[in-house]
Amino acid sequence: MALENTQIQDKLTETFGESVMHFRQERDIFTFEVSSDTITPVILFLKNEETLNFHFLTDLCGIHYPDSDVNEQFAVVYHLHNWVENKRIRIKSFIHGENPEIKSVSNIFLTANWMERETYDFFGINFIGHPQLKRILNMDEMISFPMRKEFPMEDSGRTDKDDRFFGRTPSNC
Amino acid sequence: MSELLLPPEHRYAKIIKEKLNEDGSELSILNLGPTHPATHGIFQNILLMDGERILDAEPTIGYIHRAFEKIAENRPFYQITPLTDRMNYCSSPINNMAWWMTLEKLLNIEVPKRAQYLRVIVMELARITDHIICNSILGVDTGAYTGFLYVFQFREKIYEIYEEICGARLTTNMGRLGGFERDWSAEAFRKLDVFLEEFPPAWKEFENLFERNRIFIDRTVNVGAISAESAMAYGFTGPNLRAAGVDYDVRVAEPYSSYEDFEFIIPVGKSGDTYDRFCVRNAEVWESLSIIRQALAKMPEGNDYHAEVPDYYLPPKEDVYNNMEALIYHFKIVMGEVPVPVAEIYHAVEGGNGELGFYLITDGSRTPYRLHFRRPCFIYYQAYPEMIKGALLSDAIVILSSLNVIAGELDA
Repeated sequence: MALENTQIQDKLTETFGESVMHFRQERDIFTFEVSSDTITPVILFLKNEETLNFHFLTDLCGIHYPDSDVNEQFAVVYHLHNWVENKRIRIKSFIHGENPEIKSVSNIFLTANWMERETYDFFGINFIGHPQLKRILNMDEMISFPMRKEFPMEDSGRTDKDDRFFGRTPSNC
Repeated sequence: MSELLLPPEHRYAKIIKEKLNEDGSELSILNLGPTHPATHGIFQNILLMDGERILDAEPTIGYIHRAFEKIAENRPFYQITPLTDRMNYCSSPINNMAWWMTLEKLLNIEVPKRAQYLRVIVMELARITDHIICNSILGVDTGAYTGFLYVFQFREKIYEIYEEICGARLTTNMGRLGGFERDWSAEAFRKLDVFLEEFPPAWKEFENLFERNRIFIDRTVNVGAISAESAMAYGFTGPNLRAAGVDYDVRVAEPYSSYEDFEFIIPVGKSGDTYDRFCVRNAEVWESLSIIRQALAKMPEGNDYHAEVPDYYLPPKEDVYNNMEALIYHFKIVMGEVPVPVAEIYHAVEGGNGELGFYLITDGSRTPYRLHFRRPCFIYYQAYPEMIKGALLSDAIVILSSLNVIAGELDA
């Protein structure tokens, strides 16, 4: 029998109660939110619970929502995959905008090591407990976090190129 | 002033000071890369060595980081295709098709069967080029140049087919939302037929050169082995994972573009070493050839090559010049003024090196709100230091080329 969404939802709410919320089917992937302080137990539970068995971390990345409430300005997104049942889930965890930090899952999934470093590099999200949290793709001397929305893509002092003529302005892109 | 220019002491320097061998010899640091012909790309590894043995390695990546995710947030959807070309540039059509399929999933566009089959053909051709490069370069690194020169002419033949389809060779920017920009020419099909006739005997010869070759076996068996458990923990996908014995393939697990219509097997290895990776890729080339033949045989009649989606598909050029309506659509599409729903989409395909995923978040505007690339190379390259510990320096080179780490995909 295929793994049903309700089965996952029931197991999680039974174990974690209020800290797992907003269950929904987002197109083809079952999605829910987890409060940032319970992310490691939830992911560990999803991985080790026999009937769930989400043993593969497909992807981990950050998102910046500068217009949201200050408590929810960053999100870390985890894509987990159960190959046996061929079931994917997406977990979103919102974190604080001024002091973004969340517990690392790199001791649960080795592969999270570089994914978390990448997320730190681009968003400045601090993964507590990460063995070597430093920049990975950008140079070490860099002080800003370039994937945050306020970081301009191009040098704002450029005069040779007017973005209005290319259909791109800060307000419509 | 001079101390400011000196780099801080590397952590290996401390290890070297503490661990003096009994015979008086000492450990050494070797800087492998970033630009060395043997690394086939820009990879730097600082190695801690005891003579010829590697004790530890520290990779540095990001030398060709081009901020594709940031650029993608500022570009309309069709301008993102050229960015995907430049990720795994050995098999760009797979990346292009994966991007179009992500958008089609977002917009719920049904692509005609014939266009799906054409996509399958071009994606399998791309997989063949990817594997030709990886396996023949692995031959070069073990000292066999002949095989490389011999099979590389067929990569050229495949590039000529690409050229017939889309006009470009390496960075293809192929296809459109809903299909292709034009129907495949008769010449493209003729070149494909010639390729399908000439390539298999050459690939057989290539295999014969290596598979039972004493030198090659000595250089690759039990070199860089990784167990299925740790491969999965490190997030391996694609041929490198299958070489360790796990039969996970996105084409089978979540068929896209009508892969469910074709019969093929997933070749798996056993020990996950360099030799198994080589053999898995060899076998996958045969499967790809078989898929292409099946697709040609089952190709539906007619000349459908794109979906009827006037909101997203550029009208023919002569209409744009002569017809007001077409001109308006052309303008709207080029300027990115097309209706886009608010959604979150994850779409994965089996790329040359594993699961290539696009995580797209839209907010209804002309550009993605966030686009994240799940790049298989980036994810499995972190296992490289683990895999070369205890190996010889020359093995490290062989392991790197058997993993087929493509710098463009690693750094995005």
